[in-house]
Amino acid sequence: MKKRKINWNYLLIAPALLISISIILVPGIMTIMYSFTDWNGISPNVNFIGLKNFTELLHDNIFFRAIGNNIIWTLMFLTIPVVLGMLSAMLLLGRKKTKSIYQVSFLIPYVLAPAVNAMLWLNIIFSPVVGLVAFLRNMGLDINSPLANRSTAIFACAGVDIWHYWPYLTVIYLAALRQIPTDQVEAGKIDGCNGWKLFRYIYFPNIKSTVSLMFIMITIGSFLAFDYIKLLTGGGPAHATEVLGTYAYSFAFGSMKVGKAAAVGLFISFFGIIASIIYARISRKENVE
Amino acid sequence: MAMTKKKKKFIVNLITHIVLLLLVFICLFPIALVLTNSFKENSEIVRNPLSLPVVIHLENYIQAWTTGKFARGFINSIKLSGITILIVLFCSTLAGYVLAGKRIKGSSAILMYFMVAMTVPIQLFLFPLYYTFAKLNLIGNIPATSLILAATSMPLAVFLMRTFFLAVPKELEEAARIDGADTAQVIWHVMRPVVSPGIITVSVLVGLQSWNEYLISSTFLQGEKNFTATLGFLSMNGSYGSNMSILMASAIILIGPIVIFFLFTQKYFVDGMVSGAVKG
Repeated sequence: MKKRKINWNYLLIAPALLISISIILVPGIMTIMYSFTDWNGISPNVNFIGLKNFTELLHDNIFFRAIGNNIIWTLMFLTIPVVLGMLSAMLLLGRKKTKSIYQVSFLIPYVLAPAVNAMLWLNIIFSPVVGLVAFLRNMGLDINSPLANRSTAIFACAGVDIWHYWPYLTVIYLAALRQIPTDQVEAGKIDGCNGWKLFRYIYFPNIKSTVSLMFIMITIGSFLAFDYIKLLTGGGPAHATEVLGTYAYSFAFGSMKVGKAAAVGLFISFFGIIASIIYARISRKENVE
Repeated sequence: MAMTKKKKKFIVNLITHIVLLLLVFICLFPIALVLTNSFKENSEIVRNPLSLPVVIHLENYIQAWTTGKFARGFINSIKLSGITILIVLFCSTLAGYVLAGKRIKGSSAILMYFMVAMTVPIQLFLFPLYYTFAKLNLIGNIPATSLILAATSMPLAVFLMRTFFLAVPKELEEAARIDGADTAQVIWHVMRPVVSPGIITVSVLVGLQSWNEYLISSTFLQGEKNFTATLGFLSMNGSYGSNMSILMASAIILIGPIVIFFLFTQKYFVDGMVSGAVKG
């Protein structure tokens, strides 16, 4: 009787596990294997070439530019949306009636598709023919689309992604702030804390675990950056906005070097896995506490 | 003294609202610009994208609907998201039930696996998967693409459902078992009504995610007849700048339904976002 019950439960977990294993784990292992080959995706002729894909990458300037851009991306995401999210969450904390109206308005860019957001910025803002940029130029301002300039393009891409992403942090921080017991805040106020001090000594220490969790998630996400760059610049001009995600993609589907794409993919995962180990550590520590 | 305190509070409130309204402006300005320009003629947009429409050109929308082939696009989008939601709901509810009760050996190993799977980059599995699907003739196949999207949202859905099952009192299941209910009956009649907010939350999150997803759907849904509404919209941009009014109207056709959907489901949406990140 007891044995039958256990069998049932294995059956219940099977669909979720099977889908995940066949779509993510098995192709993931295949990626690891292909990264040591010269496979082009179609040919049955696959040669083991050892570490050649990796050593070639180490001599590839674009690869390092991509890593550099991922680091710029990470630094921008760890500052601008975090500050905006924290500021808006603190300001919303005291609002009662207007809180949800503000929150919903903030979240609208977040719930729209990256494809739509990118097209919207590309055309109505950045376009030098019909966008806001064109209009300002006609007014006599000496500006051009920041996407066309090699030194500003990456910041423009990140800017659009940040515009869409930061309200997510508002919601998360606000939820964490609202869990702080009110007596702690009251006690702080009685002790003469206000404004910055209240934030520094009462609010911030209480939401520190959420903040650090978000730091890790942002770092992981920044090394996965793909959508907005692919949609806004495609990695250009002249690879100026190339990140690891777009670079791997162009190897796999542009130059048909799937082996090399796999090597870059592995590199992206390497950052992700380090970050997720830290994440697992932190969340386990918190569960114990 | 009382007066100055009141005054100070008023000023603080005023500054707060000014800052918040500024942030609202940043969020909504580009979208508002698309909305106003969607009613204008192309030449009017080129002349001044900031001006308000003089005459409302609703025909932009009719033209956009046909040029963007949105009738077919929306059907494909609904198919893609619908199938994804069904797969994820079925699998994550069952898995959440099992993992919440630690009903099998290796429950924590499975949780650990899903935690890693949640942070795995798409590029780690995309390339072999694409060429395998190509060999199996599954490129452009909507249910097959749904399966991939389901696999990517599975970990978060499993965690969410597990959290909801954890909140179900043990006595509820025990009582049903004593009355002779089997596992299927326990899940369907006892657990399902209790975890239904979780089911809605997962549906809303997964639905929106799969509706908006770009990397996987643009890679796997090739061939114009398989395009989702979003992919159809992207392909319109090929004729860059040729007719902005139609492009803007198309954008609103895509933005409108999502905004309405979000306004109705925001409670579940926000709950889902938060429960993944804030422990409470």
